[in-house]
Amino acid sequence: MCNCECNDKKQKLLEIIEKYKNDKSNLMQVLHEAQEVYGYLPLEVQKEISLGMGIPMAEIYGVVTFYSRFSLEPKGKYNIAVCLGTACYVKGSEAIINKFKEKLGIDVGQCTKDGKFSLEATRCIGACGLAPVFTVNEEVYGKATLETVDKVLEEYMNKE
Amino acid sequence: MKTLEELEQIRKENYERIKIRKGNKLENNERHILVCGGTGCTSSKSETLIANLRKEIEENNIENVRVIKTGCFGLCAKGPIVVIHPEDTFYAMVKPEDAKDIINMHIMNNQVVERLLCKDIDESVVNKLDDLTFYQKQKRIALKNCGFIDPENIDEYLAVDGYKALEKVLFNMTPDDVLKELEISGLRGRGGAGFPTYRKWLFTKGAENAVKYVACNADEGDPGAFMDRSVLEGDPHSLIEAMMIAAHTVGAERGFVYVRAEYPIAVHRLQIAIKQAKEYGIIGENIWGTGFNFDLEIRLGAGAFVCGEETALITSIEGHRGEPRPRPPFPAVKGLFEKPTLLNNVETYANVAQIILNGGDWFASMGTEKSKGTKVFAVGGNINNVGLVEVPMGITLREIIYDIGGGIPNGREFKAAQTGGPSGGCIPAQHLDTPIDYDNLTAIGSMMGSGGLIVMDDTKCMVNLAKFFLEFTVDESCGKCPPCRIGTKRMLEILTRITEGKGEEGDIEKLEELAKNIKASSLCGLGQTAPNPVLSTLKYFRDEYEAHIKEKRCPAGECKAMTKVMIDKEKCKGCSICARNCPVNAIKGELKSPFEIDQDVCVKCGLCIEKCPFKAISRK
Repeated sequence: MCNCECNDKKQKLLEIIEKYKNDKSNLMQVLHEAQEVYGYLPLEVQKEISLGMGIPMAEIYGVVTFYSRFSLEPKGKYNIAVCLGTACYVKGSEAIINKFKEKLGIDVGQCTKDGKFSLEATRCIGACGLAPVFTVNEEVYGKATLETVDKVLEEYMNKE
Repeated sequence: MKTLEELEQIRKENYERIKIRKGNKLENNERHILVCGGTGCTSSKSETLIANLRKEIEENNIENVRVIKTGCFGLCAKGPIVVIHPEDTFYAMVKPEDAKDIINMHIMNNQVVERLLCKDIDESVVNKLDDLTFYQKQKRIALKNCGFIDPENIDEYLAVDGYKALEKVLFNMTPDDVLKELEISGLRGRGGAGFPTYRKWLFTKGAENAVKYVACNADEGDPGAFMDRSVLEGDPHSLIEAMMIAAHTVGAERGFVYVRAEYPIAVHRLQIAIKQAKEYGIIGENIWGTGFNFDLEIRLGAGAFVCGEETALITSIEGHRGEPRPRPPFPAVKGLFEKPTLLNNVETYANVAQIILNGGDWFASMGTEKSKGTKVFAVGGNINNVGLVEVPMGITLREIIYDIGGGIPNGREFKAAQTGGPSGGCIPAQHLDTPIDYDNLTAIGSMMGSGGLIVMDDTKCMVNLAKFFLEFTVDESCGKCPPCRIGTKRMLEILTRITEGKGEEGDIEKLEELAKNIKASSLCGLGQTAPNPVLSTLKYFRDEYEAHIKEKRCPAGECKAMTKVMIDKEKCKGCSICARNCPVNAIKGELKSPFEIDQDVCVKCGLCIEKCPFKAISRK
């Protein structure tokens, strides 16, 4: 990774901290925005936030690990999130997630070795009318079947 | 900044414009194409549809036709939904590429696009939204503006008497008048517990402190529930208005809305609404010269179910791990930042402005003796019309499932409905005719909950369902108190064992004892209600548990470890489709003679059952 991109991210992080540092109760907002910049929350980023906000590192780590949307690990280029809300579950989302596991050879919360795909089980995303549902990054795939999994994976495998 | 007179002017002008959505024609023959922009329809590409419609309008140089992105219409199963006014034509499952036909045929040639019309439950073709049986037993108060106005335009909210209730409260009512009206209305908390709303307001008003807060719980974590999201997406100003009324009544000047980060569209629309309200001087200092100040902030959750519990939510807004703390002190005494805090759910707030405008008596005229008004339910699972419905309290489950919901698909039988999510319980067929209200649901072992209503057909195993909810609570338990952290885990282990065919005599009794103790000794609502799905399935489907344990049999055929996938030799034509689709090559046979499944190799995935054109394969 080139140096300038890292500096760019760091600059953005410092701006985020600057915006919120006067009110410590904004910690979660800072973490959300930092995660948007980095894609995850590595320890170095947490340390920077700790310094800037004046909140002990232990507390920040505690918050990051408490909430499921904060991640200590980078996500794949294409993050697949299968909804395991009740409506999707009743419509068979468990089979969908198992199929992804099998095809990608990874478990939930893991990333493929090439960094291309990661898999997560997500809470209800509220598209219950389309159950079962999974998303690839922002794209939503509704009324999914086992064939949809094959088709969608093939489509993304062929993408850069 | 707008004065009261200017706001009134905006109301009038915009009402004139949007009244065509109530069937009134305008002199300039203006038409509005309403497209649902809720999460469900957006997931089915309604944004692209909107862009395509606008492009067609522009390319054909059509005047006086406006495309409006609204909130949820409720009928998510038929989305994306398009409604054209003033004629009120309703199109369902519209794809982006259908924009051409809608503009060319409907708008330019007044010709209904027949193929996009929706079919009702009885297969009759429906032209107008209100003619659908789905809407006939509904009564919309909290969702009044959803699917009717553009949620990103404050002028349209003003046009439907927006911020008039606030005006009434600030100029013509004392805080005690407001409390009185709320008391008469009988409004109870819509987050699930059903605590009388006016008492919460009364306690917070009575707390002595110079600084108080109002907060809104929009952390709708109950899986399969999306009522609050739809209000935020479809009518965000109604929440702002109600929170301001609340703040003025209890003596607060600052409010917080705690929203799930999983709801990006809702957050975005609420941000826009707050910004517009500030620009109009509705949120700000010395509002309309009354001396009342108010500011409103959004705080994002980060995916922790326990934060729906009020003390955990408060801790989370403060920027900490969302762990609950013991009550008392209740938030009304010591809440956010240690100050008295009024905390209500989105749907509760969504009723407030209507109660102020129409009076508590009006609200109390709907519903049952102890549960007044309406309730919004997110109906999902094995039901034809998946979606959002708002019904008067006291309606029966049968009416919701069969009259509004259109019954169970694929000719299956109704088995049970789950309300209250992981804290609630299931309702079996024998209670289909129980009028739904807070007290009746509790009496039959479930709870109102926030409004998720999942319908299950006879292929669903109730032990497996209980296991599903326990997996959820184990995952979401914050870990602060041992009964919840360890107890639910032990329950899950037993349930897992039972569903894997390794259940032992005495397991049911162990589950019951654990449930009793966890309920009695957990710190917060999450733990206290976590055993409910197990208890209620045990209450109504004990025989299923016993079949799993004693006979190693899953009556519904869902627990894979206990089922065999078998080919019916009589029906099998030997086409080999199953064998070609089997992912583990477990199926062997000669063409044109019956195939067989090697049970040692079969992983019971069920793909062959789906693929067999002769329905010759089933679970036994």
